[in-house]
Amino acid sequence: MASVEHIDGTGPSGEDGVRRRDFINIAAVSFAGVGAVAVVLPLIDQMNPSADVLALATSPVDLSAIQPGQAIKTTFRSQPLFVRQLTPKEIAEADKVDASTLRDPQTLEERTVDGKKQWLVTMGVCTHLGCVPLGAGEGENRGEYGGYFCPCHGSSYDTAARIRKGPAPKNLEVPKFSFTSDTAILVG
Amino acid sequence: MSFPWAEQYTPKNPLTQWIDEKLPLPRLVYNAVGAGYPVPRNLNYFWNFGVLAGLALVIQIVTGVIMAMHYGANDLVAFTTVEQTMRDVNAGWLMRYAHANGASFFFIVVYLHIFRGLYFGSYKAPREMVWLLGLVIFLLMMATAFMGYVLPWGQMSYWGAKVITGLFGAIPVVGEPIQTWLLGGFAPGNASLNRFFSLHFLLPFVIAGVIILHIWALHIPGSNNPTGVEVKGPQDTVPFHPYYTAKDGFGAGIFLIAFSILLFFAPNFLGHPDNYIEANPLSTPAHIVPEWYFWPFYAILRAFTVDFLFIPAKLLGVLAMFASILLLFFLPWLDTSPVRSGKYRPTFNKFFWILCLDVVILGWLGGAPAEEPYVMMSQVAAAYYFAHFLIILPLISRFEKPLPLPGSITEAVLAKYGKTDGATVAVPAE
Repeated sequence: MASVEHIDGTGPSGEDGVRRRDFINIAAVSFAGVGAVAVVLPLIDQMNPSADVLALATSPVDLSAIQPGQAIKTTFRSQPLFVRQLTPKEIAEADKVDASTLRDPQTLEERTVDGKKQWLVTMGVCTHLGCVPLGAGEGENRGEYGGYFCPCHGSSYDTAARIRKGPAPKNLEVPKFSFTSDTAILVG
Repeated sequence: MSFPWAEQYTPKNPLTQWIDEKLPLPRLVYNAVGAGYPVPRNLNYFWNFGVLAGLALVIQIVTGVIMAMHYGANDLVAFTTVEQTMRDVNAGWLMRYAHANGASFFFIVVYLHIFRGLYFGSYKAPREMVWLLGLVIFLLMMATAFMGYVLPWGQMSYWGAKVITGLFGAIPVVGEPIQTWLLGGFAPGNASLNRFFSLHFLLPFVIAGVIILHIWALHIPGSNNPTGVEVKGPQDTVPFHPYYTAKDGFGAGIFLIAFSILLFFAPNFLGHPDNYIEANPLSTPAHIVPEWYFWPFYAILRAFTVDFLFIPAKLLGVLAMFASILLLFFLPWLDTSPVRSGKYRPTFNKFFWILCLDVVILGWLGGAPAEEPYVMMSQVAAAYYFAHFLIILPLISRFEKPLPLPGSITEAVLAKYGKTDGATVAVPAE
């Protein structure tokens, strides 16, 4: 095979005109390409949340100390989380509204767990630009709809934390959560 | 890479001759920024800003490397170590204020550099690649500046990081995973801080690399000049050294005086008091604004308040903001007029100044609160910005009748001083 006419590395052509060298070239480059992709994947994946961050992806919340009408501010995935026990009056106010007329139509039932309508669990992150709304703390401005009020650009949320007025496009997000007992929930 | 009449590098003593044989680096410098690089003789002071931008980058790298010696990239200590640098480290206050205000001055000179390119048509053939690489540098600068602002881990750092990475969250379907990927968590945290520090250290050197390409691409056709007329012969040029090293040196002196005034007498003038409060994920500053150099783009981002064709307003704003910069990559092909300099384009001239005013207004609106009448004004100003590049500029290029161009650079220079004979003697630039 090492004849003089092939010393330039072209190799013999097959009957279909494909040289063996072409096959080797394509195979080598393809294999190196697969290898390169295999190396890039972990380089990209290392930027995803690490195990210790993901370990905080669920947060237990104790509800026993929250009286009707009170709310607490805690954190879920390093972001503020509001947990409120609604009073019957607040529930009535939320139910009174025709959900279909709202900017982000949802009823209080859809935003709470069956049979535990008084427990309103939402993210404390305004859906406009991510500010933390007021209203969870004692004596804070709760806005004209009696829920939460964002001081940044004046978004008002009602007693079901639904957007009613101002620039925010969506209701305060309700994270996935479940009751682990009558007085405790697990968020996430 | 240069004109045929460029002076040749001829090392005289045996040592420089020996170096020239082994590694002709002095030759490269001589031909790039020395006497071996002929430059149009009529450049005005707007041509200083490229060198000044380079000077600003050097200041940033020197002060930045020193800052990194005293900084702890961890969310528990970042804020404290920055304050320690300010109070306890010898001359730490100087390093930090020089670095923070140096960023502002970097953007000031780069904006003036871009202004020069826009007015005198430096983006046109044959310098398109110079323009495109310049935009790449600008994008890298913005990324670097944004990440650097997060490092002190103050309130504005934290909430700025949250809002800016939130922009990616507006992208449908993949947006939120991208945001989480960028931050390394569900909100800015230690992982975000560390990666921003790493990249903030790296990117300036990437910028330096692209600057080398930018200058390389520039040196193929040579510099544009205020007339926009190409160099025709040796009488049109002077050697870069000593003529423009001297002129740039003078400009650098003015730059450093202005920089010192801000640095020593008003070091916090361009900053936000909120950033002297440590980052707190549970409390938002009342008025989140980015640094001043992002304001025009921030105004465009916030100009979109209504959904359109099922595209949410938030996403429209994000797309418009990115488009406002990406649009500039197409500028050499949107402006088809063969005349480069705005001096000889009467219609272009008027609309150019309106555009400058529009960008200044956008900048002012970007720093204003997101309420009326600012929102409505942002919408008008953002619409005009896009209209200028996509409608007005192509139309002007087609219908404008430019003023007569001078026959050559020399002719323009001599006409300015009342001489009409086409002397070929190279006199110093004005």
